[in-house]
Amino acid sequence: MSLKVENPSMTAELTVPPLRLIDDLGHAVPENESGGFTLPAVDTLLSLYRQMVIARRFDVQVTALTRQGRLATYPSALGQEACEIAAVAALAPQDWLFPTYRDSIALLTRGVEPKDILASFRGDWHSGYDYHTHRIAPQATPLATQALHAVGLATAAKLKRDDTVALTLLGDGATSEGDAHEAFNFAAVWQAPVVFVVQNNQFAISVPLDKQMACRTIADKAIGYGMPGYYVDGNDVAAMYAVVSAAMDRARSGGGPTLIEGLTYRIEAHTNSDDPTRYRKAADVDLWRSRDPIERLEKYLVAQGALTEGVRASILAAAEELATTTRDCMTEQAVVDPLELFEHVYSTPRTALAEQRALLAAELDGDALASAVATEESTR
Amino acid sequence: MSPQQTLDTGAAVRAPENLTMAAALNAAIRDAMVDDPTVVLFGEDVGPLGGVFRVTDGLYAEFGETRVSDSPLAEAGIVGTAIGMAMYGLRPVVEMQFDAFSYPAFQQIVSHVAKMRNRTRGKIELPIVIRIPYAGDIGGVEHHSDSSEAYWTATPGLTVVSPSNPADAYSMLRDAIASDDPVIFMEPKSRYWSKASLALPVHTEPLNRAVVLRAGTDVTLIAYGPTVKTALATAEQAEAEGLSIEVIDLRSLSPFDDETVGASVRKTGRAAVVHEAAQFGGYGAEVAARLTERNFFYLAAPILRIAGFDIPYPSPKLEEYFLPTPDRILAALSTWEWS
Repeated sequence: MSLKVENPSMTAELTVPPLRLIDDLGHAVPENESGGFTLPAVDTLLSLYRQMVIARRFDVQVTALTRQGRLATYPSALGQEACEIAAVAALAPQDWLFPTYRDSIALLTRGVEPKDILASFRGDWHSGYDYHTHRIAPQATPLATQALHAVGLATAAKLKRDDTVALTLLGDGATSEGDAHEAFNFAAVWQAPVVFVVQNNQFAISVPLDKQMACRTIADKAIGYGMPGYYVDGNDVAAMYAVVSAAMDRARSGGGPTLIEGLTYRIEAHTNSDDPTRYRKAADVDLWRSRDPIERLEKYLVAQGALTEGVRASILAAAEELATTTRDCMTEQAVVDPLELFEHVYSTPRTALAEQRALLAAELDGDALASAVATEESTR
Repeated sequence: MSPQQTLDTGAAVRAPENLTMAAALNAAIRDAMVDDPTVVLFGEDVGPLGGVFRVTDGLYAEFGETRVSDSPLAEAGIVGTAIGMAMYGLRPVVEMQFDAFSYPAFQQIVSHVAKMRNRTRGKIELPIVIRIPYAGDIGGVEHHSDSSEAYWTATPGLTVVSPSNPADAYSMLRDAIASDDPVIFMEPKSRYWSKASLALPVHTEPLNRAVVLRAGTDVTLIAYGPTVKTALATAEQAEAEGLSIEVIDLRSLSPFDDETVGASVRKTGRAAVVHEAAQFGGYGAEVAARLTERNFFYLAAPILRIAGFDIPYPSPKLEEYFLPTPDRILAALSTWEWS
């Protein structure tokens, strides 16, 4: 892609093709159209395929659980698997991921157990996994705030001379937030080892991208900050993986930040409480369904002879096993202790909180007493 | 280290020096940086300039760019990146330059700094100090004299403190930097140039405690930061009129030291709280409410608030009419029935 800034009157009519390594039909693009990036090896692509299939099964399962009313909410990433899985696959063990609420499948791919991912969505606690083990920050709900955290962590790693890189996932709507601008600018000024992966799924709940910005692509904004920007086909996992990996390498070797835009589409509603028929056409959704990232890679892998029926069957079996695990974890009784509400607010105990905890404990004891009395009366 | 623990750096006590509050704060940051290599300092103009109030004077030269750095001019960015640094084991000390300039960082402070520990069930702690020069009485133009403390004290998860003198400035800032909890450190601008003879490193009361600065028997006058001086002047003036005022310097706004303040109020039976911030919904409302709830039967009169008027902070030529004065405080106390 070109980083050349166009006159705004020109950009309105300008359409830029995103970088891709495998086209819609599953064919590798010619080398002279691949922007200097190399198609990942078949083994790597097969691994990405496997992770995408498993992630989608998880996403579909969790959406179903939400429709059954068993989760408070779940923002689906259906259709965005290429962006999510490529970003995680490009991480080294020492790297940190800063995800948003929509990036649960990224957590899954980095090894977080379904029950720990779902702790927040089923309402047990605001967040529920081991951040340091997985090197994943809590999923951010306020938009773009986590991008600054990623820049700060990356800068700290740089100060400590560690080879840790931070990668943050953002949505297209979030790029309108001031915190996104500040994160891009701080990262570039401080040459922080951070990679920004913007999943342009074209809608911020209902608002289309042309109401978020007047520029050609999100990636174009990179030039204003003095960092490389890439406009990538976000449904081509090969391209996403190649571009994100190159950006991680550059960050790790002292080359500073990169802004990567993956053009994709949110197939599902924003969350279960959203009604997308009010703001987009079914035909558009169908068009994007036909550009499915998993099917595209599947065509390529089948043609390469890498995805045999046996391999496919084993991947589907693993996906079903995960779906079962996911359903099973919902039947386990979640332990929520009302008195834990006071435990984690401060490292230093506070008298006022101890008093309020005692108040709640007394209420709970009262409830227990009342329920014991009721039981006794009913057994008489 | 928790704020209750005594700070013991093992450093030799230095010869007494006559220090301003600004110099004491400077020494606190410097000593903390010497003792703990994870302490880093950044913000707007804190580098070669040494901060607009010179609180960070000389630190850039001593510790270099990796530990003291000027940041881009963006407060959400300063606090947001401090969060990431703290997640990676650093102890950032950041400056907001002026009270009203902290507002762009409001979301990062309220939604993340305050909540991260609770959100992660204690797995992620954010030992960040956010220094905010605040309050007026320095002839500042608009947006340079706000008292924003109630925004922070209304937010669970934040520790909010304000020193009123050079010794506390040093001691409390050392404790704040050593705390594993995030601390909003509110520095009263009008007191930056107040002086005291200090043998550093000095350690005063723990970070979460209020202190009785002047004993009295008739009235408890509760103040913090810039109004402590006003309260002491009021007590001085009242003594000549035969009224004995006990002056409490809260030091810590959140948590509130119910024990120390309550004991004083039960002794005197009358209390008033003084602050520069507007009265309506101000910090004094919480002070009056909780003291009344807990000590009602000891009180001979309603607890009063002598605060800024419920107006935006005025321009320099008018601020003297806005700020609580000993005369206004004594006039308020005289509205009580004295039998």
